[in-house]
Amino acid sequence: MGRYFAIRIGRAALTIVLVVTFAFVVLRLSGDPALMILGPEAPPEVLAAFRKAWGLDDPIWFQYLDYFGAIAKGELGRSMRDGRPAIELVLERIPATLALTLPAFAFKVALGIPAGIYAALHRGSGIDRAVMTTAVAGFTVPSFVLALVLVLVFAVQLGWLPSGGQDSWRHAILPIATLSLGGAAVLARFTRSAMLEVLGQPYIRTASAKGVPWRKVVTSHALPNAAIPTITILGFMVGTLIAGAVVVESVFAWPGVGRLLVVAVANRDLAVVQCILLLVAMTMVTSNLIVDFLYGFLDPRLRTKGAHA
Amino acid sequence: MSAPLVEVSAISRTYSMRSGMFGRAAAVHAVDGVSLTIARGQTLGLVGESGSGKSTTGRIVLGLEPPDSGEVRFDGKPMAAPGTAAWRAQRARMQMIFQDPLGALDRRLPVATQIREPLDIHGVGTPSMREDRVRELLRAVELTPAHGARYPGALSGGQRQRIVLARALATKPDFLVCDEPVSALDVSIQAQVVNLLADLQAQLGLTLLFISHDLRVVRQISNVVAVMYLGRIVEIGSADDLFARPEHPYTQALVSASPAPGRRSASRIVLSGDPPNPAARPQGCAFHPRCPRAIARCASEVPALEAVASDRQVACHLVSGAATRDAA
Amino acid sequence: MTDATLKDNLIRRRISLPAIPVSVALAISWIVAMLLIAAFAEKIAPYGFTQLDLRNRLAAPGNAAHWLGTDELGRDVLSRLLVSIRISLLIAFGATAISAIVGTTLGFLAAHFRGVVEQLVLMLSDFQASMPFLIMELAVLAFFGNSLPLLIGLMGLFGWERYARIARGLAISANAQGYAAAVRQLGARPSRIYLRHILPNIASTLIVSTTLVFPEVILMESGLSFLGLGVQPPMTSLGNMVGYGREYLTRAPWIMLAPATTIVVTTLAVSVIGDWLRDRLDPTLQ
Repeated sequence: MGRYFAIRIGRAALTIVLVVTFAFVVLRLSGDPALMILGPEAPPEVLAAFRKAWGLDDPIWFQYLDYFGAIAKGELGRSMRDGRPAIELVLERIPATLALTLPAFAFKVALGIPAGIYAALHRGSGIDRAVMTTAVAGFTVPSFVLALVLVLVFAVQLGWLPSGGQDSWRHAILPIATLSLGGAAVLARFTRSAMLEVLGQPYIRTASAKGVPWRKVVTSHALPNAAIPTITILGFMVGTLIAGAVVVESVFAWPGVGRLLVVAVANRDLAVVQCILLLVAMTMVTSNLIVDFLYGFLDPRLRTKGAHA
Repeated sequence: MSAPLVEVSAISRTYSMRSGMFGRAAAVHAVDGVSLTIARGQTLGLVGESGSGKSTTGRIVLGLEPPDSGEVRFDGKPMAAPGTAAWRAQRARMQMIFQDPLGALDRRLPVATQIREPLDIHGVGTPSMREDRVRELLRAVELTPAHGARYPGALSGGQRQRIVLARALATKPDFLVCDEPVSALDVSIQAQVVNLLADLQAQLGLTLLFISHDLRVVRQISNVVAVMYLGRIVEIGSADDLFARPEHPYTQALVSASPAPGRRSASRIVLSGDPPNPAARPQGCAFHPRCPRAIARCASEVPALEAVASDRQVACHLVSGAATRDAA
Repeated sequence: MTDATLKDNLIRRRISLPAIPVSVALAISWIVAMLLIAAFAEKIAPYGFTQLDLRNRLAAPGNAAHWLGTDELGRDVLSRLLVSIRISLLIAFGATAISAIVGTTLGFLAAHFRGVVEQLVLMLSDFQASMPFLIMELAVLAFFGNSLPLLIGLMGLFGWERYARIARGLAISANAQGYAAAVRQLGARPSRIYLRHILPNIASTLIVSTTLVFPEVILMESGLSFLGLGVQPPMTSLGNMVGYGREYLTRAPWIMLAPATTIVVTTLAVSVIGDWLRDRLDPTLQ
């Protein structure tokens, strides 16, 4: 048991190291940040001063270790554009993003999971087909198309809702709807297949053959077992709370982390991009870790089976 | 008499097996100090229950995996390390016949292509010579060129095993290891395939290591038989003699359990106790918990394989030399 | 009859035309049409895709000169759409091919060498699966700038872990018992074992995975281009067209609707074909 958790924590730490290394390699391979920021016409002495200020003259491995040290201390650099600490810029955007992603997460779960369970229990019914069709549509319609269609209908044609901005709760409706619909479809499809798999297991047939009422078979046997794979995908969704709205925030001009990221990428603002990357990695790793721990409690078999079981 | 083709001296192989990710690793002595020699043109039958280490012995003898200790010499030379170029080249001279012919064949290639494959791999002859050789091999295993165009899925079990045999013979090897070659086949087909193997052996002067749990089949084809129990050889001797007068209590039990004409079923020895588990090898003689004649010494001391007659070796405290034989 | 021959017969029977469901037939025709368009985009296009017609700006669809209308600079939407299809498909095919090759190779390496190599591949694939790809990709694009080969290469890193896991698992089981072990002991080199024997045997499973990765690559590329971070003007792609069309959503929704519909129908078509292939070829894949 202890070893199970130790291995998971070790893997999580390793993932963080990988992300940090990835960020560092990508940043340093991309060229001379000084030239990039100041432009090729900048005078040499200005370039030199910039390099010195940012530690770009040190040997690469030194910069790498430095980088780790700085991150460990929570120093994620300053925005190369306006000189403010990147972490500040990112943190102040998080509430706006969560204002979209948290309600969207709740809607996804509230819509997707019951729809998936219902569809699985009534396999082949009209509702099952409707759920599956919606689920396929949810996968094939990209979020920016869905967002624009919603804008076209509800903002442009009907004029009920604003098409962008962050002035009132009404501005949040369309972005949340866009995020929820796609996610709910994915979740419904996943829950349905997890349920169907469980319902096909011999122990379900045994239980119902023994005369256990079907409602009880479903609630006490099928649901807990189908919950295990569903938790994985929920964990992934929790992990994307911070950066899962990149496209939607851009469409609706919503000043969240995603929009900050797009702007930072377009402006090549190194510090901000790496700060968001690390933040996302931490969130993902943490939520994966929580999922792993939940697994450990839900399914004791996993504690004794292989790590890749 | 010329030097033996295959000399196996004191090979051992230990696997570490875990019961799950967090179980303690247990050492499994799959093969423990096995020595054998196989003379040219002869067949050595290797008998034992599942878990006796006979298949592992076969794989080591063929050089598919290296022993942890001990040595296999083939034609006087040590075996090359698996996966090396020398090892690959050596494969042309020794081949394996598998228990499951369907598994051993690629379902997505016509069987003629697969028979040809060793010739392609080892660059034997020109393409047209290879085609001729494939037809010749198909005839040799009593199939027609029409069979060659088929896929493994469209052949019967016996036909598939003939294809595997043809493929093994393509490069004219000296030595074949047959690991339970007929146990997956219908009983009616088994005899045909064993007879074919015996005929081909006689024609081509092949040397065989024939691994089986089925004493009837082993008896039919072997010159010398070795009996394995939990990784060790407990008895070895010439086939007819060993089956007529088994010395080791385990061999006696095996022989008595195997139906033979003219023997009364009353004389059958039924073994008690658990079937052998390589992960939990008993102290002393590994067979003693199931042995009807075990004495105190058997539980503490491992019996060595000793010659009891000119062509018989037995590893048992109760059988040693002529004295015990007189008493029995 | 063995299950292998049964399966072979099944495949043969399903591939004969009458057995194909209407939806799959439609999906296949759509993809074929897309491929033809991609191949001959410049020949079919009535105008050059950058050609301006300043007197005919934001023309509505259905006029004789511009069937699908024009954009804010009077460029023909149909011509731009055809060229965009070519670019988007080029990226999607290129990226899917890279991802399949990289993933399968890594999976085979893991299966062949086991030990440290295998752990490394598994760790990388866990890592890849646990990070949102869009974020990683944005980070790379931010600093390497943007070019078509880089974009294709970057997209090619998407989804490789699926192939790697499948290829590793199937190669290990083939190596452990069956035909691969048999060919190995014939003296074959690893390249022969993996390319000539294992690859054809697991191809159907890999192809099914491709139908899962391909639509996601199209969506990813169009999303990036939509954000203005993927394909750069004057080059155009489906996502790029939607992105620029968004500015004229009120006045000229057709600029955005034509490429958006193409994206949706294409991903839908590949998914339909993929589902159908999975049922036919490989019922074990989840």
